[in-house]
Amino acid sequence: MNGWRRKGALIAASFEQQEAAVLRGLVSQLEDMLTARAEEAPQDELAELTGIRTGPTESPDDPVLSRLLPDFHKLDPDNPSREDLDSAAAMRSIHEPELLDLKVGVAKVVLDTLPRDGGDVLLTEEQADSWLGALNDVRLALGTALDVTEDMPDELPEDDPRSPHLGVYHWLTWVQETLIQALTG
Amino acid sequence: MSTPVAAEQTQVEPAGAEVADSDTPWRTVVWNDPVNLMSYVTYVFQKLFGYSRDHATKLMLDVHHKGKAIVSSGSKEKVEADVAKLHAAGLWATMEQPS
Repeated sequence: MNGWRRKGALIAASFEQQEAAVLRGLVSQLEDMLTARAEEAPQDELAELTGIRTGPTESPDDPVLSRLLPDFHKLDPDNPSREDLDSAAAMRSIHEPELLDLKVGVAKVVLDTLPRDGGDVLLTEEQADSWLGALNDVRLALGTALDVTEDMPDELPEDDPRSPHLGVYHWLTWVQETLIQALTG
Repeated sequence: MSTPVAAEQTQVEPAGAEVADSDTPWRTVVWNDPVNLMSYVTYVFQKLFGYSRDHATKLMLDVHHKGKAIVSSGSKEKVEADVAKLHAAGLWATMEQPS
């Protein structure tokens, strides 16, 4: 992988087999997590009749899912107001099904366009935007799991259990950065 | 956001004592986080709101340096839709009605 570049109207990059395997693995895992969350949503006959889906009212317990599916209000961690809690619950229930669809959708675009064995990837601008969203979701997931901070060093001490994964995180950052450059350059 | 520049945090202004009435416009707040790239946040502001590169960059720098920025305002429905779009893009956004 040498970064993304413009190729006429398309955006192009080439992935090594191992790079494709790592990225496909992370995107698939994320897709599984999001799909599992969607399947937890309450099912009711009225929703099936009207086509109006309702999602859960509570934020996910898992910190990764919770970062990907934020509350609509900034809730005071110690003493959130009842009004904010009720409003955030209502908005989550309304918007979460579509948000999950969108995130699963961009993950599928990556899985559909990135060959299993690596090789050339050629994207339209629309597909490139989906890639950008999916790469960002994967970085948010990994960044949350690794507890990444603003001043994260390039490498952690060898005995830090997060050390081997940080390289993947930095690589994803670079893949995303060059995609933005190709889209805006 | 993810950069080598040290972020400076500013205090969030204390909320006023008055109760917001229903006509007060709502506002969309984007909060700083350690993962989202500065270039990506700028790109998202341009793409979602049609802001110029300069305006989008200024808002992104506010998020980065002050910890948050108000990126749009208006009716509750409009702001709610804006927050939903920002969540789809992976930004940490919330909505509030100033009191």
